[in-house]
Amino acid sequence: MSPSLVDQMLSTPLFAIELGWAEWLAKVLGVLAVVILPAGGTVYLYLFKMVSFMQSRLGPMEAGPYGSMQLLAEVGKNLQKEDIFPAKADRTVFAFAPYVVLASTFLLAAVIPFGPEAGFASLDTGNFDSTQFDGVGVFFALAVSSISVIGILMAGWGSASKYSLMGGLRAAGQLIAYELPLVLAVVGVVIQAGTLSLQGIVYSQINGEIFGFGGIGLPYILTQFVGFFIFMIAVQAELAQTPFDMPIAESELVTGYLTEYTGFRFLVFFIAEFASAAVFAFLASVLFLGGWAIPPFVMDILGIDEFSNWFNLIGPAVMATKMLLLTFVVYWVRFTFPRFREDQLQRFAWKILIPLSLVNIFVTGVLKVAF
Amino acid sequence: MTAISDRRQLAYVASQAAEARVNLELETEGMTLNIGPQHPATHGTLRIVAQLDGEQVIQAEPIMGYMHRGYEKLTEVRTYPQVTTLVNRIDWLGSFANEVPFILACEQLMDIEAPPRAQHIRTILHEMARMAHVTLFLGDLGVQLGAITPVFYAFRDREHILNQIESATGGRFHPNFDRIGGVKDDLPAGWIAESKQAVRKIRDFCNTIEDLLFGNEIFQARTRGIGVIPADIGLSYGLSGANIRASGVDWDLRRDNPNGLAYDKVDWKVWTHPDGDSFARSWVRLQEVREACNIVEQLLDTLPKGPIMAKVPRIIKVPEGEAYVSTENPLGEMGYYVVSKGGLTPFRVKIRTASFNNMSITPWVLKGTYVPDVITILASLYFILGDIDR
Repeated sequence: MSPSLVDQMLSTPLFAIELGWAEWLAKVLGVLAVVILPAGGTVYLYLFKMVSFMQSRLGPMEAGPYGSMQLLAEVGKNLQKEDIFPAKADRTVFAFAPYVVLASTFLLAAVIPFGPEAGFASLDTGNFDSTQFDGVGVFFALAVSSISVIGILMAGWGSASKYSLMGGLRAAGQLIAYELPLVLAVVGVVIQAGTLSLQGIVYSQINGEIFGFGGIGLPYILTQFVGFFIFMIAVQAELAQTPFDMPIAESELVTGYLTEYTGFRFLVFFIAEFASAAVFAFLASVLFLGGWAIPPFVMDILGIDEFSNWFNLIGPAVMATKMLLLTFVVYWVRFTFPRFREDQLQRFAWKILIPLSLVNIFVTGVLKVAF
Repeated sequence: MTAISDRRQLAYVASQAAEARVNLELETEGMTLNIGPQHPATHGTLRIVAQLDGEQVIQAEPIMGYMHRGYEKLTEVRTYPQVTTLVNRIDWLGSFANEVPFILACEQLMDIEAPPRAQHIRTILHEMARMAHVTLFLGDLGVQLGAITPVFYAFRDREHILNQIESATGGRFHPNFDRIGGVKDDLPAGWIAESKQAVRKIRDFCNTIEDLLFGNEIFQARTRGIGVIPADIGLSYGLSGANIRASGVDWDLRRDNPNGLAYDKVDWKVWTHPDGDSFARSWVRLQEVREACNIVEQLLDTLPKGPIMAKVPRIIKVPEGEAYVSTENPLGEMGYYVVSKGGLTPFRVKIRTASFNNMSITPWVLKGTYVPDVITILASLYFILGDIDR
């Protein structure tokens, strides 16, 4: 990291303490809502209901209408459970591991823009009028998303269980391997947008034109479709969802690094898993689907422009819609496919995804210079 | 076949020697992993002690007997008709199939033959037990490999067959329906038409599974070439059933020795596969469910009229002698060696179950594989704990 980048990060609002306590409190509660609500929503919608319909069953039906209160019941169940430390566990490491994983999710959620000004810490130093953004949002997001590896390794090592250890090591290998295609897939978007700022990427998608037609802007999924697929595959692997769930592999490693966890700590892991699915989907919709914006021709009909304050209101809803769309794909794949063996998934990352994303970067660069 | 296995073993030994040198230099040591007795992949209390080097299995040993229930001894204090209640519980997914060889052995000793209608009903229920058994295998295979959806389809469609077994015998999992000289009851009214519908459901299920699982590239990558058992090795370990047919051995007791059952009266085919890997074993089982559908449909059409019981004395005493009868059960060859001293109870019964022999090959086949493949191989060898331990 170059010193100028560090200076830039330190001068941004996330690190410079210049906010009042009320604003801080609002932001903390906001991040909590952004992490917990999508996690709960996707768990209920997809993990409980969609998968049940896929598997010709009904899913939870008793707690609340159509089982909608089932999540609360699950949380209550987990809170009541005995808090077990394995006898030989490294207690500190074991206890902290779930929070490290959750922290990575929170940090990632903090930089995602939900509207022109609806965000927690944009890490941007641009002004809205010029649509020229200097920022390190993408850089920060991809960096903090890797912190979860440390938590998973801590969980695997601290549990003092062979299954956990194997799960933790598999997870570490897998997450490091898929971090690369994840980053490289985003590089194409960054080249095309010409900025590292997440907000800047949204604006350049709004202002983009398809051969002179600006009606729907230019969502980068249209030009960076290779990047998008690589990104989604890498996200699937980062989240350790089937077909990349070798670290969990409940039929062979019991549940991998989660084996020894019970009660509240298990709940934290569980929330972190599904919250990161939602937050990665937010990130993907910012990078590839135009973020919080709606197509410019709809903006024209509504008589608002992309700086309108209305977007701070409808932006989160637009983002939630796109997030649900993307997480649907994630869980659809999860409940359809068998899992790769870990040497197969490593081979897939290093021999297919990474070369493909390098080619994607090269082609994007050439086309960027050509046009 | 020998050449392949020798080369495989030699390559393994060479790789182990090379790795051992590295390990000596690096002073690393292996890890012993206890897979079981409580483990999701063993669906029961099987324990496999695996010496690991990283993720590679150096040595694996199955430890059996956690669920030993002493059925061989218990049969000595039961009268002959009571024994079926016990042996039902050996392989609990295909219960009816457990009763058949014992009853056939007794009939052979008593020199009784069941009437044709009873033989047909026996065969139909035997094949239905196979359907109920192997559909669950096809679903469970997905679970072992990480695809959780197929097992729900398996439980859903297996239900139709279990309903038919229940309505004919009164027992869902433990029919206890076979009698010396015939079967307990005649089929209920409307049973034939309902059974045909149930069989159609199973056919649909087979097509679904073929699309969902067998056509999947990940499934093929996980199973093809994994756990290859050459025919000679398989035979020397006493493998039977689909496991040996998947190694290319055309051996099926239903066709080769259909005594007391109606397999020779229908047109069907024994499926084999040349590869001998996990995929072949699964594929052969899939085809066998389809073949079972064929057999049941034909038998339902040609069900003869007549009595369902031969003439047997009220109090069954089996004359002195000994007999071994085995049939092709869902898991493989299941046989009973019955020794009678002419009393009300057997003097000695030796039960030959398929899973016990199928499990005995695990030390050979697991050597040098990776931990995820251990699960694939165990799943594709397909064992039932009760069938191993009895």
